[in-house]
Amino acid sequence: MSIIQIIFLLLSVMAVGSALMMITSKNPVNSVLWLIVVFFAISGHYILLNAQFLAIVNIIVYAGAIMVLFLFVVMLMNLNAETEPVKNRRLQLIGVTSGGALMLIIVSAINKIDVEQLVQINAGDSGLIKVLGMNLFKNYVLPFEISSVLFLSAMIGAVVIGKKEEIDIKK
Amino acid sequence: MDIKAYIILSLVLFTIGIIGVLVRRNAIIIFMCVELMLNAVNLLLVAFSKMHALSSAAKASATFASDAQIFVFFIMVVAAAEVSVGLAIIVMMYRNVHTVDVNFLNRLKN
Repeated sequence: MSIIQIIFLLLSVMAVGSALMMITSKNPVNSVLWLIVVFFAISGHYILLNAQFLAIVNIIVYAGAIMVLFLFVVMLMNLNAETEPVKNRRLQLIGVTSGGALMLIIVSAINKIDVEQLVQINAGDSGLIKVLGMNLFKNYVLPFEISSVLFLSAMIGAVVIGKKEEIDIKK
Repeated sequence: MDIKAYIILSLVLFTIGIIGVLVRRNAIIIFMCVELMLNAVNLLLVAFSKMHALSSAAKASATFASDAQIFVFFIMVVAAAEVSVGLAIIVMMYRNVHTVDVNFLNRLKN
């Protein structure tokens, strides 16, 4: 077993274990922290694939900005294990069964394929900032500009939705 | 590494996300599971782009293998916008019904 495979297995176990901890922990704050661990493991996978730009962006945008926003909202609402909604055992069983069935079907379908396709590990320049930047600003400059409009509309939408109602409706 | 290892890892993460959406009743946890599914797909896209970097077509064009990574970048852009609006909606829901239990949302019809 080579060192690459050991690192891959370690990162995979870390990602899957943290994801399982995320959906099973009672306290929402713990769930957010476990999800941050998952994102770090996925960033490790990106580094292993030599996608350096995406690894950094994943840490900055997901683990940094988005998860802090989640943590902020969870703490703003003062959620904890006591305020966790009560769950229906039967619905839980049905959910786990159907999700597991989906996974089993796709895994068995993938195992039918006998094509050996290798992934370039720890080499290649397709994930470097220079190549990605040239591609982004040459071929994908229009989607890049449109995404700025998307951000503006998301910003306005968040402000409009989150604003307190001026007129108090008391009936 | 074989591409199948990456497919199965992404599939397991995606399935955990699906199970989380189906099982949990807390709106914030459901939203986080959606983020987990997005990340599983991102990982698979990057793995496929590195698979294509080994193909013969990648030798002809310099930007061929990095297209998928541009897609991942745009998925992250859309996810950031989505999270800001979605969390605003959840905050508004909490302000109105004082819970984040999604079962209470069926009272919207009254």
